[in-house]
Amino acid sequence: MKKRLLVILSMALVLSLVVGCSSGTTTGGTASTGDTIKVGVNYELTGAVASYGVDLNDGLQMALEEINDAGGIFGKQLDIMTMDNKSSDTESANVSARLARDGAIALLGPATSGNTKAAIPAANENKIPLISASATADDITLDTQGTVRPYVFKTCFSDSFQGVMMAEFALNDLSFKNAAILADSTSDYAQGLTKAFTETFEASGGTILGTEAYQAKETDFRAVLTNIKALNPEVLFVPGYYEETGLIVKQARDLGIEAPILGADGYEAPKFSELAGEANDVYYSSHYSPNDTAESVVKFNQAFEAKNAKQPNAFNALGYDLGYFFKDALERAGEVDSEKLKLALEETDGFEGVTGLVSIDEFHNPVKSITINKVVNGEPEFLKKLDPK
Amino acid sequence: MEFVIQQLINGISLGSIYALIALGYTMVYGIINLINFAHGEIYMMGAFVGYALTTFLGLGFIPSLIISMITCSILGILIEKVAYKPLRSSSRISLLITAIAVSLFLQYIMVYFVGPETRTFPEVVDSERLMLFDGKVILDTRNIYILGITVILMVLLQYVVRKTKTGKAMRAVSQDKDAAELMGISVDKVISVTFAIGSALAGAAGVLVGIYYNTINPLMGSGPGLKAFVAAVLGGIGLIPGAVLGGFSLGLIETLVSAYGGSIYKDAVAFAILIIVLLLKPSGLLGKDVKEKV
Repeated sequence: MKKRLLVILSMALVLSLVVGCSSGTTTGGTASTGDTIKVGVNYELTGAVASYGVDLNDGLQMALEEINDAGGIFGKQLDIMTMDNKSSDTESANVSARLARDGAIALLGPATSGNTKAAIPAANENKIPLISASATADDITLDTQGTVRPYVFKTCFSDSFQGVMMAEFALNDLSFKNAAILADSTSDYAQGLTKAFTETFEASGGTILGTEAYQAKETDFRAVLTNIKALNPEVLFVPGYYEETGLIVKQARDLGIEAPILGADGYEAPKFSELAGEANDVYYSSHYSPNDTAESVVKFNQAFEAKNAKQPNAFNALGYDLGYFFKDALERAGEVDSEKLKLALEETDGFEGVTGLVSIDEFHNPVKSITINKVVNGEPEFLKKLDPK
Repeated sequence: MEFVIQQLINGISLGSIYALIALGYTMVYGIINLINFAHGEIYMMGAFVGYALTTFLGLGFIPSLIISMITCSILGILIEKVAYKPLRSSSRISLLITAIAVSLFLQYIMVYFVGPETRTFPEVVDSERLMLFDGKVILDTRNIYILGITVILMVLLQYVVRKTKTGKAMRAVSQDKDAAELMGISVDKVISVTFAIGSALAGAAGVLVGIYYNTINPLMGSGPGLKAFVAAVLGGIGLIPGAVLGGFSLGLIETLVSAYGGSIYKDAVAFAILIIVLLLKPSGLLGKDVKEKV
C-alpha cells in the first residue's frame, strides 16, 4: 500500500516537473530570433476571480488567433505567452516579471484592478507597455501623486467616467434639468460615480436637488426614498451594486416615484431584475451589450458563438478588443519596439472596437463610447451607444 | 404633512419587525436572564423556511407563516435543550458566549447549505397600493399585513401570558425559579415553552420581512437581531410591553433620523440610544428599579 503511494507520489512529482518545463519552453527558445512577436498575457485563469480572467482570455485569444490566421503583424506571427496569476497579486507580479524577462513586447491583462496594480512594476522596470482591458479603478494609470504611469494603459472606461456619461445622457438625451442622487456611502465606486455625475450635471446647467446615502447590505430604503419623493426630481441617479440598487428600484416604484432611474455597470446582473421586479424606465451604462445591432458587434457575436457555443459577455468583448487594440498600435509603431509601441498607444485616436470607439487621453485612459441599456418590464434591452464629445 | 405620514408608515412597519424580534429577546431574558444572541438567526431561519415553502411548495402566505412559526419554535426548543440547558448552572458569561457561538453556527451552516447569495422572496401577497392625499401618501397592503399580524400576535401573546395556566407558570418562573419549582411547576417545560413562543414570533418576523423587502440571505439576522436587542433594552428588558414599545420607538426613531438627513447615522443613533439608556435608566422606559437579589 505504502509502496503504491510512493510510486504515485513520485510519478506526480515527475509529471509536475515535465509540466513545469513545458510551460517554460513555450516562453524560452526563440527569444531573439526575430521571426515572431512575443506577447505576454497575464490573466486570472484559476482562483477567486477566474470567471473574469477566463472570459477575458477567451476573447483575447480569439482575437490574437484571428490576427495570426490573417498573417500576423508585419508578416510575423504572434508568439502568445499565456500565464496564470491564480487570482493573486503576488503571482501577478511574478508572472508579469517572468513575461517581461522572456522578451514580451507588451503585457496584456490582468482582469482586476488589484492584480493589474501588482503587474505595473514589471512593466515600468522593463519599459514595456501594460494594457488592461478591464481594470476600471480610477488610479490604474495614475499614481498616488496623480502623475501618469508612463507604461500603463487601459482600454475600458474608469468607474467615474460612467458618472460623466450618465449625466450627459440625462441632460442631452432625456432632457432633464434636475436630479436627485441616492448613493452607496460605503463604496469608492459609488462615491466616484456620484462626484463625476454631480460635477458634469451642474457644469452643464443642471441642478442636483439632493444627495442621499445608503449603506451596503441595507434592505430598507423607504425613509430616504420618501425624502427623495418630496424633492420631486425629474430623474434619480442611483450608483451602486445590484444587491441594493435592485431593491431601491423596487421600493422607489412602490412608493410612487415614477421618475426614470439611472445607474451604472453595477446593475449588470440577472439578480438585478429579480430584485427590482417588473421595473421600467431604468437606464444603466455598461461596456457592451450582446443585443447591440452594430455590424462589428453582430460579426463578433457570430464568430464568438461559432467558436465557443455561447453568447459572449462584456468580458469576452473587452478581451477581444484588447487584441486588436494592441495590433492597431503596433502597426502604427512601424516596428517591433516597445518604446515606439508606447508612443503609438498614446496616440491612439478613434480605434474602432466591439465595445466602441477608443481614443487614449493624456492620462492613458480611454475616451470611449459607453453602452446604455434600458430596462423594460424587468429585462435589460440595448438602447444606444453614447460617444464621448 | 403628507411627508410625515408617509414616514410614519415606513417607521411603524420597520418598528413592527423590531418589536416581534424584541419580544423573543425579552421573554427569554425574563425567564433565564440570558441574552439569546442566536435569536436573530432564528428570525433568519424563519425567513428561509418561508422562502422554501412559498417557492418550492407553492404555499400561500398564511400557511407558510404558520408552518414557519412552528418550525422556528421547534428550532428554538432544540437550541435551548442542546446548547443552553447543560449550562444552566454555570456562569452567565459562559451562556452568553454559547449564545454567540450558536448564532455564528446557524449563520454559517446556512451559508454552507444554501450559499451566501441574496435570494428573492416570491410575491405571495398581492401588493395593492392605496393612494391617500391625492397619491402623496402610499399605503401598501403589505404595510397593513405587517402591522395587522404583529398586533394579532401581540394580543395572542398577552392572552397567553395573562390568562392561561402556562402564562401564570411563566410569570412565576420569571419571579422566582426555585419557589416556582417548589410549587410544582416544571421549570424545564416552562423554559421550553418560552423559547418556543419567542422563536415563533421571530419566525413570523422573518416571513414578514421576506414579503416586505423581498430579499433574504443567511447573514440577514445579525443587524435586525442587534437592533431588536436595543429595542428590548430601551423598553426594559424582561418586560413584554417594554419590547413592543421599544420596537416601535426604535423603528420610528430610525426612520425619522433618515427623514431629516441623517441616513448614514441611523445605526449610530440606534446604538447611541442603547448606551444612553444603559447609563441613565438601565431598567428601560417601562422598568422599575428592582434591587438585585444577592
